[in-house]
Amino acid sequence: MSSHEYTPSSKFGKWFNDRLPLLTLANHLTDYPTPKNLNYWWTFGGILTFCLITQIVTGLVLAMHYVAHADLAFESVEHIMRDVNYGWLIRYVHANGASMFFLAVYIHIFRALYYGSYKSPREVIWIIGMLIYFLMMATAFLGYVLPWGQMSFWGATVITNLFSAIPLIGESVTHWLWGGYSVDNPTLTRFFSLHYLFPFLILGLVILHIWALHVPGNNNPIGIDIKKPSNDTVPFHPYIVIKDLFALLIFLIIFAFFVFFSPNILGHSDNYIEANPLVTPAHIVPEWYLLPFYAILRSVPDKLLGVIAMFASIFVLVILPWLDTSKVRSALFRPIYKQFYWFLVADVLILGYMGAMPAEGNYLLIARIATAYYFIHFLIILPLLSKKEKTLDIPLSITEPVLGGMPNPAIAKEDFKLKSLG
Amino acid sequence: MSEKDKKKPNRRDFILTATTAAGAVGVGAAVWPLVDQMNPDASVKALASTEVDISSVQPGQAITVLWRGKPVFIKHRTQEEIEEARKVSLKELKHPEKDEDRAKKPEWLVTLGICTHLGCVPLTNKGDFVGGWFCPCHGSHYDTSGRIRSGPAPTNLEIPEYTFVDNNTIKIG
Amino acid sequence: MKIVKLFTLFLTILTHTSLSFAAGENPTLMKPGWSFQSFFGKFDRASLQRGYQVYTEVCASCHSMKYLSYRNLAEEGGPEFSLEQAKAIAGNFEVVDGPNSDGEMFTRPAKLSDKFVMPYANEQEAKVSNGGAYPPDMSVLVKARAGGADYIYSVILGYEDPPVGMKLDDGVYYNKYMYGNKIKMPPQLYDDLVTYADGTTATPEQMAKDVTTFLAWTAEPKLEERHKFGFRAILYLIILTILVYFSMKKIWSRIETKI
Repeated sequence: MSSHEYTPSSKFGKWFNDRLPLLTLANHLTDYPTPKNLNYWWTFGGILTFCLITQIVTGLVLAMHYVAHADLAFESVEHIMRDVNYGWLIRYVHANGASMFFLAVYIHIFRALYYGSYKSPREVIWIIGMLIYFLMMATAFLGYVLPWGQMSFWGATVITNLFSAIPLIGESVTHWLWGGYSVDNPTLTRFFSLHYLFPFLILGLVILHIWALHVPGNNNPIGIDIKKPSNDTVPFHPYIVIKDLFALLIFLIIFAFFVFFSPNILGHSDNYIEANPLVTPAHIVPEWYLLPFYAILRSVPDKLLGVIAMFASIFVLVILPWLDTSKVRSALFRPIYKQFYWFLVADVLILGYMGAMPAEGNYLLIARIATAYYFIHFLIILPLLSKKEKTLDIPLSITEPVLGGMPNPAIAKEDFKLKSLG
Repeated sequence: MSEKDKKKPNRRDFILTATTAAGAVGVGAAVWPLVDQMNPDASVKALASTEVDISSVQPGQAITVLWRGKPVFIKHRTQEEIEEARKVSLKELKHPEKDEDRAKKPEWLVTLGICTHLGCVPLTNKGDFVGGWFCPCHGSHYDTSGRIRSGPAPTNLEIPEYTFVDNNTIKIG
Repeated sequence: MKIVKLFTLFLTILTHTSLSFAAGENPTLMKPGWSFQSFFGKFDRASLQRGYQVYTEVCASCHSMKYLSYRNLAEEGGPEFSLEQAKAIAGNFEVVDGPNSDGEMFTRPAKLSDKFVMPYANEQEAKVSNGGAYPPDMSVLVKARAGGADYIYSVILGYEDPPVGMKLDDGVYYNKYMYGNKIKMPPQLYDDLVTYADGTTATPEQMAKDVTTFLAWTAEPKLEERHKFGFRAILYLIILTILVYFSMKKIWSRIETKI
């Protein structure tokens, strides 16, 4: 790390930096040596940071107008949509921002799965990431309750009832969560308070996540260790910054399409009906990003075991670095792992689809098979593959594979793309 | 690498400058809604005017009504009070204003009930001046025309925009 | 760009998943075509004004509209009645205000700042007056039903004789498009039920289209502003993306030529 030798040029800068080394930090961040072969799947870290900040800023603003009271919450959301200056814009950005946040986080996670970014020495980055993901789900769930529509209310009822599956103390725990004998005003006010708190916890974890990343440095598409700084790296600023910015803008165009031209397509129409404890909607579905877990929950015919399966599906991800012990990181050099990787992607998409369908007949059957496969992938296939798989030869450096007459790294990048396709 | 940057031709500088400028415009445009949302919203603006029935206010009495979240004094002044207000010479006043300019109809004074010192609500028919106001916070005395006569307040009580819809109704705002 | 294609693919899958909620076992909804759905879509002003007339004369006796104020009728992007017209409309309604200085509630003509007057004092009264069914509030109805405007339009016009063998209780009607096909609202529209001020012939289809347009606006009063902003925002983003793309090429060319 070159930042050790950094000294500010101005006298004041030096005086300040000796007392609080903010300039050293800034210098570390701009100079941070980054592998130069990172592809666009690596831009989602920056995109996610943007998403988090957008959610926090729009959320702060919405909290200025929102009223966390069972009688007034729905009306206050309509007030935001109708009367508050640009209220409609801010609310739609916040609501669709949650979906975009999850879209980005799923790409980010699946990128890490493909290129083995969770492996040594990056296990702690991965575990912090999983904590962030778990908190994101909690925050999104809490936030979805706040508009106090029918899906808010019944989603809250269903999810809080998960805790009633805990033997002996289950009922007391749910009453404690609700602050009553059902989801009601006390539940809403505490959910609001926690929905406000959690993003700041996420922010703290994001800082740790980045800190933990800056110790070993980025993984890269080839998954090999590289010397830093070297010919294989570029300074973070301006190379990675401008690339992240370009990707972010593409992301924003898609984001803008949702916000401005179909702001409600990812939501559920029932949530525009005010919460009514006497009428349950025909079928309750969570937001799309929670559907795979919902499918796992419903596919187990026992209440407690269903809940355990759902939480276990996240937990297997946390212990993933010790399930997949193959020394080779990138799927580019693991031909069999690569096949199973795509099976897993398909499996999760199927689970998501089944989560949206009624839990009956063939849907339920498929959901059960997909659930079983999900666990088989992590608990059986990956440990076996780690031992048995014959991996391809790994290049010694990022520039090495191009020694066969292709001096231009841009062509080398194309070469990797072709390889990853084939 | 930094030395190399400086030697590069201008075209790159142009595109980078253009990008930065365009980016700054966009950030500005995105920040404005976040600022403007704190301004009074449409439902608040719709309540910007209030109509008040003044038929039951007896001479010498004053009523306090709420307008835009602030108290407004509507005082039905007696003939004496009007004369008292009109004979004061402008030279005696800290903030010289004629009573004729402060009351559209001499028998009705409409004024914001907010002391111009630090925003307390003055008490009606109290203080050193007949039919005037006295602010209990820091001891400002206003006369029957709502003009500051003694105490720390810098200016006269503010006159809101108002019109007489008919003889019995005032529309404030 | 591979990344963009994958993005699009992923989004298509997503949208299809969420759209699949909308498709139930009910027949395909009627789609009369709405002026406000396209990229530059706007409301048909005259249709909104006629729709308001249908709402007040037909629907408002049972269905409340509690999130709207009379001032909204004169606002940009809506029916755009003139301020005077909106005031006159408001003046036709009596609202309860008070307490006055004697401590009593009193009624007065509505002002622009007042919310639409509700037909019933509370949900219970609404149910009792309508055979136990609660006529839903119409403010956000179009957004609260899968299928949106098409669904509302279809239900208004979807009354038919029940299929052979289906028994209906008293006060229950068969509707082709309603979820479960049973509805407690009797058919409402017939020829010349209202007399349009602008002389348009009041066929049931015309009235259904007008009132649905009106309801689409009440559910999403900022739609026109949103479309206008959206166009500008996306145009801007595309331009900035192109600029950033060339900046990126320039910056990366520093090292790619160096090796």
